[in-house]
Amino acid sequence: MIETINLCKSFGDLQVLKDVSFSINKKEIISVIGPSGSGKSTLLRCLIDLEKPTSGTILIEGLPIAEEINGKQKFIKESVIQKRCRKLGMVFQNFNLYPHKTSLENIIEAPLIVAKIDKKSAIQLGEELLHRVGLEDKRDVYPAYLSGGQKQRVAIARALAMRPDVMLFDEPTSALDPELIGEVLTVIKELAHEHMTMLIVTHEMSFAREVSDSIIFMDHGRILEKTSPDKMYSNPDHPRIKTFLDKMIFKTD
Amino acid sequence: MDYFLQSAGYILKGCTITLKLFFLTIIFSLPLGFAGAMAKTSKVKILIYLMEAYTSIVRGTPLLLQIFFVYYGLPIIFPGFRLQRFNAALLTFILNYGAYFVEIFRGGIQSIDKGQYEASKVLGMSYFQTMRRIILPQTIKRVLPPIANEAITLVKDTALVVVLGIGEILRNSKEIVSRDFTISPFIIAALLYLVLNYGVVLFFKSLEKRYSVYD
Repeated sequence: MIETINLCKSFGDLQVLKDVSFSINKKEIISVIGPSGSGKSTLLRCLIDLEKPTSGTILIEGLPIAEEINGKQKFIKESVIQKRCRKLGMVFQNFNLYPHKTSLENIIEAPLIVAKIDKKSAIQLGEELLHRVGLEDKRDVYPAYLSGGQKQRVAIARALAMRPDVMLFDEPTSALDPELIGEVLTVIKELAHEHMTMLIVTHEMSFAREVSDSIIFMDHGRILEKTSPDKMYSNPDHPRIKTFLDKMIFKTD
Repeated sequence: MDYFLQSAGYILKGCTITLKLFFLTIIFSLPLGFAGAMAKTSKVKILIYLMEAYTSIVRGTPLLLQIFFVYYGLPIIFPGFRLQRFNAALLTFILNYGAYFVEIFRGGIQSIDKGQYEASKVLGMSYFQTMRRIILPQTIKRVLPPIANEAITLVKDTALVVVLGIGEILRNSKEIVSRDFTISPFIIAALLYLVLNYGVVLFFKSLEKRYSVYD
């Protein structure tokens, strides 16, 4: 579904991603873990064109949105990139809901004006999605009146409304109060049961272990290890990972 | 009493000129300010520099000087280009208030969180769709209070056109004052400005209320 080859990203002198190569297959669920500033979010943002890679290749369903040929970046038209990225949906740490639109309006905005489906089907789709994330009673409520967990569930429904093939989650629970994390993770777990392809940047270690097919550990802009959850948590190759996980698991469990 | 009504009637006649100037200025300067803000927040360098020059010059010089310049100065620079007094005043006001509105709209647009653009982008919206459906509706709510301020200032600034001898509220009041050696016309004028501004305040309050439903 998505593949990166030698993906590099720098902000000025700061190299945030260094030769990141990985791929995610259809129906696969991969969690990306690692310390803050290790490049996890930047990786996700590059995949959906919120950041332009400095060099390297990104393929979405085989088609490039960034391509390096013989050490040079090939030019790809913005409209083409935009179209290819439509296969992906994204959920942000800070929800980024539209404050001037109700839950339902948030969800149906893109189906209406981007996918251009008719209003009746859009509303029906919106109501189905609200039901799916357990918020049908919040249909006409503005985001300001929702809790953090409810906001994030609306944001997930909004991303799903465009029927993406892959969902990217950028620390979906990091901005939430601890008691609200569960409801959001439950929704993501349900997506996992439906075999949605997902790439999840998270600090929720036990959740990552539970839902993921494999786990990527990133540190200093590199993928240190990509392996099964069991191996990652019991016997990782890198001592650096073990130290990190010991700290995290002590903290979260 | 008769005398009072007579004076009030004459000043009210001036009030129609004041109102005409006020509404025409608002009608033309708001779109000008909006277009200017779009230019200033665009990525087109030349537009940004042009707008920067425009707002710096207009906001950096006195409105009164600008009125003189448009009425007396332009005909000298462009021989044959002479505007009628009211039109010269109107053009000056539109350009002047447009410049303030450029900055108000620009500030409003730039105060919207960049997450709103990112969310729209990942949902597949174009720049124009994002602006029209997401950014501008939120901007309008934020710029209402400063625009209300400008509108109130504008009501009072219309008195400046007295220098071109245009018969608005202040000039008509002053005529009676000099003729009859009484200051009551000034009090009538003051009351008129107060009433006008009260109307402006009420109007913007109702707008703000309408836009406050979502938080």
